[in-house]
Amino acid sequence: MLETIDLRTIDWSRAQFALTAIYHWLFVPLTLGLSFIVAIMESIYVKTGKPEWKQITKFWMTLFGINFAIGVATGIILEFQFGTNWSNYSWFVGDIFGAPLAIEGIMAFFLETTFIAVMFFGWDKVSKGFHLASSWLTAIGANLSALWILVANAWMQFPAGMQFNPDTIRNEMISFWDVLFSPVAINKFLHTVSSGYVLASVFVIGISSWYLLKKRNERMARRSILIAAIFGLITSVFLTLTGDGSAYQVAQKQPMKLAAMEGLYQGQKNAGLVAFGILTPDKKAGDGKDPFLMHIEFPELLSYFSYRNPDAFVPGIEDLIKGGFKPEFDHINPLEKGQAFSVDEKIFRGKMALEALSQYKESKTTGDTAGIRTSLEMLHQNFPYFGYAYLNAAHDSIPNVPLTFYSFHLMVFLGVYFILLFIVVLFLLAFNKLEGKRWLLRLSLWTIPLAYIASQAGWIVAEMGRQPWVIQDLMPTMAAASKINPNSVVITFWLFAAIFTILLIAEVMIMLRQIKIGPKDGGTR
Amino acid sequence: MFYYEGFRGMTVGKQLWLIILIKLFVLFFILRLFFFPNFLKSKFDNDQDRGNYVREQLIRRK
Repeated sequence: MLETIDLRTIDWSRAQFALTAIYHWLFVPLTLGLSFIVAIMESIYVKTGKPEWKQITKFWMTLFGINFAIGVATGIILEFQFGTNWSNYSWFVGDIFGAPLAIEGIMAFFLETTFIAVMFFGWDKVSKGFHLASSWLTAIGANLSALWILVANAWMQFPAGMQFNPDTIRNEMISFWDVLFSPVAINKFLHTVSSGYVLASVFVIGISSWYLLKKRNERMARRSILIAAIFGLITSVFLTLTGDGSAYQVAQKQPMKLAAMEGLYQGQKNAGLVAFGILTPDKKAGDGKDPFLMHIEFPELLSYFSYRNPDAFVPGIEDLIKGGFKPEFDHINPLEKGQAFSVDEKIFRGKMALEALSQYKESKTTGDTAGIRTSLEMLHQNFPYFGYAYLNAAHDSIPNVPLTFYSFHLMVFLGVYFILLFIVVLFLLAFNKLEGKRWLLRLSLWTIPLAYIASQAGWIVAEMGRQPWVIQDLMPTMAAASKINPNSVVITFWLFAAIFTILLIAEVMIMLRQIKIGPKDGGTR
Repeated sequence: MFYYEGFRGMTVGKQLWLIILIKLFVLFFILRLFFFPNFLKSKFDNDQDRGNYVREQLIRRK
């Protein structure tokens, strides 16, 4: 007998996860980036011996500490939700998800908590060199913590290094290194942490601009802007390269996500990259309408970025639904090497895999060795499409195109804007003209929220763009959820909303007060 | 002594520690205990039963 799950359970569980992830990500990127900026500032202090650099370091370190303290452990709530709201998923992923998260917990605890204490309490108590090393190790520790979380996330986007065990219904890790060094994981880690570096640079420039607008602590502000703009510019290059690397991986492993990111319904050779576009609001796959009310594109760039070949065919949403095209890459499944399957074919194969799983259990119970062998063979052949068994129609495989498209383009647009801002600020600073450009100082200040919006938009692309999958091709969101009362999820949703909002207000208030106080001696001017 | 003096000398840090402690209390002693039981562990005593339940869920869910 088939069982249905209350869709409210899935919707509220998703909303709750999104809420906690978004709030958690308000704290994390600043920690990732500001820790390195502080370490760089302290390195200059140790190198030059000038006390002003010590004051600058201590000031930004205080803001780093506030953000770290308020944000610490907010990610734990996501792990609570796995066990309660997403028990099928948690069981199915087995130790693959658990191992990186456990390493993250241990690493975060020992590296960060040990060295962060020296960072804050160790001034004048340990040697300059040891203190500096602690600051760098705090930064490295924070970033390595992010590595493990992102490895776990990357596995959901591109499951690798595992084998499904039909006896335990768990995916078992067969190669830790395949999980850790999957190309999706590497690009995701580098792109995500470098987005944190850019966000922190924008933060430092924005706060320093406020000091310049207020005509106080100007020397500290100029020096901070110098460091942040250089750091931001260098890491922006890195961010761009890793963004390109991530898109290249998406083209290979999640072509539907790529098509949604670009609003590409019908595949093309020499496909252009949309620079700006307005989507046709009620566009549906296969309705023949133009996907765009208007758009501007760079010719051939999508083909080039996706496949490193300007002549390559980039499949659109409708091609991926219908199949039949020749994939540019050797697909994950060798069966599709010459010709991509339609989604209907994948649904059929998914159902075969699910049927095989059912038959395997029956054969085991009755001791039917031939049945065991046949069902295992059928399961193994069709397991790459296991999750498709839960789709009712081919169109269920399409993510929310407008949300994915606009989030992606907003992220890219803001990323380019940040690069221009870093260049302009550096140029004016070099010619001592920055303080005269009050509009630019105001703009820099108001760019801080934009950096957070860009960072969140990136995650929306990554997570909404891969829907309906919680594990790409293997498990859709609806199969991952626990069969629990939706009302309990609604209650905890609002509890989290309240707790996180209080924490955010606390952070903003404490941080604003500290910024108003400024460096303790009022700066060097 | 290092930590003791560090904590004594804190200004804004004391507020932050208070927030951290309240937050951890709310997370682990209220939310975790009363609102976020582990679904499978609370329903089944061993891994075999948990695996069988998930198998049934995956086979029958629509």
